[in-house]
Amino acid sequence: MKQSFGLRLWRWSIISVVALYLLVPLYAMYDFSTKPYGFGDQGRTFRAWQMIPTQQDLFPAITRSLITAAIVMAIILFLVVPTAIWVHLKLPVLRRPFELLCLLPLAIPAIVIVVGIAPLYRWISINLYESPITLAGVYSMLILPYTYRSLSAALDAVDIHTLAEAATTLGSGIARIIFKIVMPTIKTGIINGSFIAIALVLGEYTISNILNFKTFQVVIAQIGRSDGNVAVAVSLASLLFVILLLLIIPTKKRQGSVLDVDTI
Amino acid sequence: MSSSKYVQLVDIAKYFGKVKALDGLSLDIAEGELVALLGPSGCGKTTALRALAGLQVLDRGSMIVDGKDVTFQKASSRGMGMVFQAYSLFPHMNARENVEYGLTLHVHRTSKDKRKARSAELLDLVGLSSHANHYPYQLSGGQQQRIALARALAISPKVLLLDEPLSALDAKVRTQLREEIRRIQVELGTTTLFVTHDQEEALGIADRIGVLRNGKLEQIAAPAELYDRPQTAFVAEFVGLTNPIAGKVSGGSIEILGGVVKTLPGSITSGAGIALVRPESIDVVASKSGNATVFSASFLGATCRLTITMRDGARITAQLPSPDATGLGAGAGVNVSLLDIPVFVKAAG
Repeated sequence: MKQSFGLRLWRWSIISVVALYLLVPLYAMYDFSTKPYGFGDQGRTFRAWQMIPTQQDLFPAITRSLITAAIVMAIILFLVVPTAIWVHLKLPVLRRPFELLCLLPLAIPAIVIVVGIAPLYRWISINLYESPITLAGVYSMLILPYTYRSLSAALDAVDIHTLAEAATTLGSGIARIIFKIVMPTIKTGIINGSFIAIALVLGEYTISNILNFKTFQVVIAQIGRSDGNVAVAVSLASLLFVILLLLIIPTKKRQGSVLDVDTI
Repeated sequence: MSSSKYVQLVDIAKYFGKVKALDGLSLDIAEGELVALLGPSGCGKTTALRALAGLQVLDRGSMIVDGKDVTFQKASSRGMGMVFQAYSLFPHMNARENVEYGLTLHVHRTSKDKRKARSAELLDLVGLSSHANHYPYQLSGGQQQRIALARALAISPKVLLLDEPLSALDAKVRTQLREEIRRIQVELGTTTLFVTHDQEEALGIADRIGVLRNGKLEQIAAPAELYDRPQTAFVAEFVGLTNPIAGKVSGGSIEILGGVVKTLPGSITSGAGIALVRPESIDVVASKSGNATVFSASFLGATCRLTITMRDGARITAQLPSPDATGLGAGAGVNVSLLDIPVFVKAAG
């Protein structure tokens, strides 16, 4: 059935407003990063973009932040997700306390967390290992409110109890149920939670800066203090990189023919 | 040789706080037999089934399958195939992968070729070979339950456990699938325990039906015997329709509707009682000077159900073969009497 003109106009208006909301800041960043240096100068220059490879601290910082993000991802996949599933399946009585615990990082300001963990990180730096990668520990705590909510919503949307019991009667142990049955079933929730976690790890500034770790975001801030155009160019480049990643990540739907529900 | 006690539930009990879900249930199932557990909500039928599957820990009693005590055996190693009330196919696997799943696990592991052959055989058995690559979201409810049945059968289970597998389906599909389950069960000779609250389903599918009430077995018998010769008032009233008709009991008979019929064992032996009379045990003949009037008539195909108002104002239901009910519309005068079929009589009041 053909949609009415009014409805189409309404839909396209909404899409246009959202697109503008998202694209205008990106264009503004591009515009700023290609502005000539002097006030009187005209035209465009890619000087700031050309200077990106010359930033000595930038690439090691990106590598460190990506490694940190990968460690946080691993913690999510092998600790947070199985724990959330375990609580939903086996310890429903702990769901509320667990949820409250996971929400705590949201209620405590970052600066308070830093003050609390600074002595711990001093000890880690002196006695174990001094690297921004150790931030994965505190980040995996900070991401809990977002990741757990996303997982919890995904777990509530599926009857995992019946799936788990079906797998049990067929001979599955609990580990196989968690990793082979429930996790693939709530894949979307895990991916959503993981994206939020990565965004937080790559964007968190307060803790890493106060603890004097040179992460990606700290280095961008440093570059920004000496050359704003380059900092904005780096930020835009990283945003485009993430958008590209999101587009590349396979969204292939499982094969299957048309819905056939006319027979029993 | 088939065993008459292939599955034995011996005095099993399960309490949830003060609620007695199972209260000393004992039940034997013969090898290759299909037993249905029937009862109202909360009678303990699903708890019994889950206990046999190993999904529910018992507070008392023991369970023996094929001569082996499985009471404390883990659910994952019991080798029970189960079909659930809720759709339980793994959503990220297609139909074939779902059927093969059990065979990939160490308990029932088989080679890839054998797995493929087995899943093809079972998908063919449930009539869904052409849907092997379909995912659950591409299947109707009935198709999903048939795949779930194939998955449960793939591991060649010692006992097939069916937990109201048809209750989420519409009436037509339910009837078709019920017959299909029975055909497959007979074909494979799998010992089966079927839980349902739908008496028509139980009567239509089972070799024997166990009626449960408050965690205890009221009666277990073949469908016809359970229907014709109930041993308790609860069974008589729960299975099929009954007309409660007051009368006087003496010497193993009751006097009702102007006649005398024998009472079934378990009935009260003397005094005022209420006979629980099946609609088809009532004979209705057209008669202008009869003892009743037809209040309404419902045509049900092969039979016709009449609601009749007796002279004293009481309403009873009779069911006749449709040809015998010709001309017996609302307002018709009739004479009502009882056929010589024993009835169950409970105490009045």
